[in-house]
Amino acid sequence: MPRPTSDPARKTGGRNARLAIVCTVVFAGMVGMAYASVPLYRAFCQLTGFDGTVRKADKAPDKVLDRKLTIRFDANVRELPWSFTASQVSQELKIGDTGLAFYKVTNNGKTPMTGRASYNVIPESAGLYFQKLECFCFTDQTIQPGQTVEFPVVYFVDPQFASDFETRGAQEVTLSYTFFPSTEKKTQAALGGTAGARL
Amino acid sequence: MAYAAAHDDKEAEHIPGFFTRWFLSTNHKDIGTLYIIFAIMAGLVGGALSGLIRWELAAPGIQIFGPNSSVSLLGLIEQSNHGYNAVVTAHALIMIFFMVMPAMIGGFGNWFVPIMIGAPDMAFPRMNNISFWLLVAAWVLLLTSMFADGGPGKGFGGGWTIYPPLSTTGHTGPSMDLAIFSLHLAGASSILGAINFITTIFNMRAPGMTLHRMPLFVWSILVTVFLLLLSLPVLAGAITMLLTDRNFSTSFFDPAGGGDPVMFQHLFWFFGHPEVYILILPGFGMISHIVSTFSKKPVFGYLAMAYAMVAIGFVGFIVWAHHMYTVGMGINLRAYFVAATMVIAVPTGVKIFSWIATMWGGSVSFKTPMLWAMGFIFLFTVGGVTGVVLANAGIDYSLHDTYYVVAHFHYVLSLGAVFAIFAGFFYWFEKMWGVKYNEFLGALQFWIMFVGVNLVFFPQHFLGLQGMPRRYVDYPDAFTLWNQVSSFGYIITAAGVGVFLIILIEAAIRRRPAEANPWGEGATTLEWTLSSPPPFHQFNEPPVIEDDHH
Repeated sequence: MPRPTSDPARKTGGRNARLAIVCTVVFAGMVGMAYASVPLYRAFCQLTGFDGTVRKADKAPDKVLDRKLTIRFDANVRELPWSFTASQVSQELKIGDTGLAFYKVTNNGKTPMTGRASYNVIPESAGLYFQKLECFCFTDQTIQPGQTVEFPVVYFVDPQFASDFETRGAQEVTLSYTFFPSTEKKTQAALGGTAGARL
Repeated sequence: MAYAAAHDDKEAEHIPGFFTRWFLSTNHKDIGTLYIIFAIMAGLVGGALSGLIRWELAAPGIQIFGPNSSVSLLGLIEQSNHGYNAVVTAHALIMIFFMVMPAMIGGFGNWFVPIMIGAPDMAFPRMNNISFWLLVAAWVLLLTSMFADGGPGKGFGGGWTIYPPLSTTGHTGPSMDLAIFSLHLAGASSILGAINFITTIFNMRAPGMTLHRMPLFVWSILVTVFLLLLSLPVLAGAITMLLTDRNFSTSFFDPAGGGDPVMFQHLFWFFGHPEVYILILPGFGMISHIVSTFSKKPVFGYLAMAYAMVAIGFVGFIVWAHHMYTVGMGINLRAYFVAATMVIAVPTGVKIFSWIATMWGGSVSFKTPMLWAMGFIFLFTVGGVTGVVLANAGIDYSLHDTYYVVAHFHYVLSLGAVFAIFAGFFYWFEKMWGVKYNEFLGALQFWIMFVGVNLVFFPQHFLGLQGMPRRYVDYPDAFTLWNQVSSFGYIITAAGVGVFLIILIEAAIRRRPAEANPWGEGATTLEWTLSSPPPFHQFNEPPVIEDDHH
């Protein structure tokens, strides 16, 4: 008997293919989400100071509190023949006041080198309130052989630090920098500059 | 479609020759069989690796991962502390991706989902074949990775979580790249399988088989494959980022270039947490069938059981950061993840109580599958309770990365998922192989394994509470006693696995012919209406489902 069922079978085939395509689109969408999470995650950290990300600010706060905080300074170098130190161990500063600290870096190598400092504060919850107006970490720094450069950091602690229950008990905040070799050039070469782009 | 063409072979079963049947297979039952054989083989390898771990930890000091040890003569494993870590990593990856997932989804899922919904085969039979052989390729890559140079030594030793920077700058050799490719292929295999199952379950149910009449095992596979479809691409993306970080100078996870290694943990666990439900949900489905069959009662609260699995699947996506309480999240974020994690205990509790209510007042017969199922319920509950303990961020600060965590996830996976696999294996033994197993040997294996695995893992709770950390080759003398007990338990467990192999051999030699339905009135799903083993092609005329017999 010729099979009249071939028609419904073909219909099922079409429905199957459609559903499979929908699933494939969902798959591609989720891979896209994984990659989209890179800029989203970075934006989220900048916005909230999550995980001790220090934020960049445009202007100092108008309110200054009486309470004082101790700010400690830390300096590290990775994979560069540089010596990098904080010019002061700590500073005392009123919450809301603008502070000025210096870091000193010397290139002990034989060639000019470009580095980029990454930064972080402890306790992590202070990342939301520790803000910088000027910092050498915002851009790449090229140091000539034997040259010593002193970098200023202009920073303040937002007055809300004193009211947030996660941070109000803290007496000290440590600002830490680590100089890495700059990866921007080779990254841009490899990925057309998209993944290496920074905020 | 292949199944439509198969309709024309009415007069004969038309079983193809050996090579075509097993290497070019498009038959869901044959592919299921291949998956199960693959899983048993991978399980033996993974189990042997865990034997090396327990041997090493049987006493303080270095037993077998040092120079001139008895195992070094084999020349297979790196004789160093790194070698221990590589073995731990391989054990985890093999058990997760090459034992539990192939057995539950590829094996039982392929075998019984089409039959239970009254379909002649899967929606895309050839894609089904690709899924299986991709997994074999992934397996070859993973084993190659074990013996390739990792950087600190042979193999990758960074744990199955492959956190950077240990997996990027910490392992410079090709071993990690091979492991990444292996995960890519295993992931592709699972994604294709997931698309196949979703299409089959949505489009190929027999007339009258509405979603709310579907057997719970089909429900469990449906939820599982949705989790796979949504979570695996994120792992694929994350490990691709790892790969480009390693080889193409990107800095997704490298702080020097503005990346953040903690972001990998977020991506990984966004996959990793649904993954642990992927490993256990099909087990939930099987246990429901088995408990109902051997209590000779329909399962208690069918709809609640089905939607509890949907709820577990959904909540499973929004609790990932409870694996990373110690990365320095704010207290509010931790509070959220604690609360969301504990919420999972509610649908899980619904399932546990419904199984007990199914048994309650039933005429329970303690056949081998039922022993495994009751063992599952008991041990999974123990693992669930320690899970609620670990869900508390405050307690987790002290227990993070200790043996308490190891004990917890082995109670839910090694004892939970594996017991469910054994339960399903013996429940469907006659259906799949067409011969009977020896009931006495079955019960013997259960009791040996039950004692063995509890001896292995229960003492690890004590070790964890005393502060013994995971992933170290050695430990201080204070931890000696419970480690010895644990290693002793491994020997008993290995004897249980030996009995399992004897059961297989005994059944293969004696060949007692199987019955279509050996379990009697309690077994109500469609697979029991077919012969054992089922015909090569079933349901050419779709069965019509008229009542809610589940």
